[in-house]
Amino acid sequence: MNVPSDLKFAESHEWVRIEGDIATVGISDHAQEELTDVVFVEVPEEDMDVEAGDPTAVVESVKAASDIYSPVSGTVIKGNTALEANPALVNTDPYGKGWIFKIKMMDPDEVDNLLTPEQYTDHIS
Amino acid sequence: MSTDSDNEVKQTPLRSTHEKLGARMIPFAGWNMPVQYTGIKDEHLAVRNDVGVFDISHMGQFIVEGEGAAAWLNSVFTADVNKLDVAQGQYTFMLNEGGGVIDDLILYRTGETTFFMVVNASMIDEDFAWLNARLADGVSLTNHSDAWAGLAVQGPKSSELFDKMFGDSAVLPPRNGISSQDVNGETIIICRTGYTGEDGYEFFCPAENGGVWLERFLSEGEEFGCKPCGLGARDTLRLEVCYPLNGSDLSPQRTPLQAGMKFAIAMGKGEFVGREKIVDQIENGMDERLIAFVMREKSAPPRPHYKIFSGEAELGEIASGGLSPSLNEGIGMAYLPVAFCKIGTEIEIDIRGRRFKAEVVKKPIYKKA
Repeated sequence: MNVPSDLKFAESHEWVRIEGDIATVGISDHAQEELTDVVFVEVPEEDMDVEAGDPTAVVESVKAASDIYSPVSGTVIKGNTALEANPALVNTDPYGKGWIFKIKMMDPDEVDNLLTPEQYTDHIS
Repeated sequence: MSTDSDNEVKQTPLRSTHEKLGARMIPFAGWNMPVQYTGIKDEHLAVRNDVGVFDISHMGQFIVEGEGAAAWLNSVFTADVNKLDVAQGQYTFMLNEGGGVIDDLILYRTGETTFFMVVNASMIDEDFAWLNARLADGVSLTNHSDAWAGLAVQGPKSSELFDKMFGDSAVLPPRNGISSQDVNGETIIICRTGYTGEDGYEFFCPAENGGVWLERFLSEGEEFGCKPCGLGARDTLRLEVCYPLNGSDLSPQRTPLQAGMKFAIAMGKGEFVGREKIVDQIENGMDERLIAFVMREKSAPPRPHYKIFSGEAELGEIASGGLSPSLNEGIGMAYLPVAFCKIGTEIEIDIRGRRFKAEVVKKPIYKKA
């Protein structure tokens, strides 16, 4: 299972990449494999304010719709509109082209509450 | 995910085989069943184009025997049992006094006075108790559900696979037929029926041999593209061809006439439980009917219980819905007021607070080219 060393993770299987005060969010390789066949992704609108733990996007497989929770608080600055035409990017490139949204963080210290790659690996094993 | 307490969940006799095949297991109708192996789309398309094998060991099997069996079955089911030849089966309903559906099942005549039936997993106990309470003199009813494992082998290449596996040692019955055969001393039952809209058969064998048969179908079927298939693909396959699912599309509050299943109700045969309500609906009409719809706008897949509107009017909710892997479109079925049931009627589905256009279409939604 691929768990990149430069990311942080939520117990609910989202990953976060931090660049300054911008957090990019997606779902882990483990999560995409559990879902299989992602057929639709509902990305959040720009300027939406979210708190850590808020349902912010929806990823749908053939079988079910799953809420994606924002791991951090802040304002959505961008949703990945490429997923509208090609939702399967979440399966094929979960840590790259399959990112779901970007957030301008309100409190960058929140990142310390997230799981390290080692902790996340333990969490899914 | 919330589930029933684990100690109440029943295990299929094929459990260890599923685990070996990498199945993801989920609770369904009180059973721990495989929902998928490689993925729902993949399994769905294997059945539409080649062949797939499903575990249906959770389904129930009853045997009815006795001089008065046919007459009694005619009084408790909607089918006309007297029109069934030996070795033939028919889809039928068990109704409550109000004409609502208790269960849908397939009834097979295995002899002049013997019948075999396959009922839904969640309804085994309720069906048995209901039938037993109405049993006529000289008729016996026995439950064989735990003794048998079941496999549904479905897809255009299912008969080729059968021929390869059995050669001259067993014969595939004609459509809707049933046969009981001895293969190397083991009794197997083969029914030419299914729940996918494809050619195929349902295969029953002693419970302890189920896993071996599943592996045999898969290994011998490899050259035909045979895949193990889970409940996920079973649901998308049946929805595309508009086969109703009890509990979703059928309920104790609605008649099979409302579900569009008139072909399975024999009005001319005389009295049967629930008939009065059917007569009333034939004479006076009904308020709602089960329709099929297709999304006409790009949207998330329509799911059960999403609300349906026409302008300001809320018409009902989705009974069954999802993404069709064959058509790559959102599809579903719903009970709507009869004024909105005409083919071509535009409706709107509320998906997480936004409305998306859909259209009432003719059943089945998917038809082989």
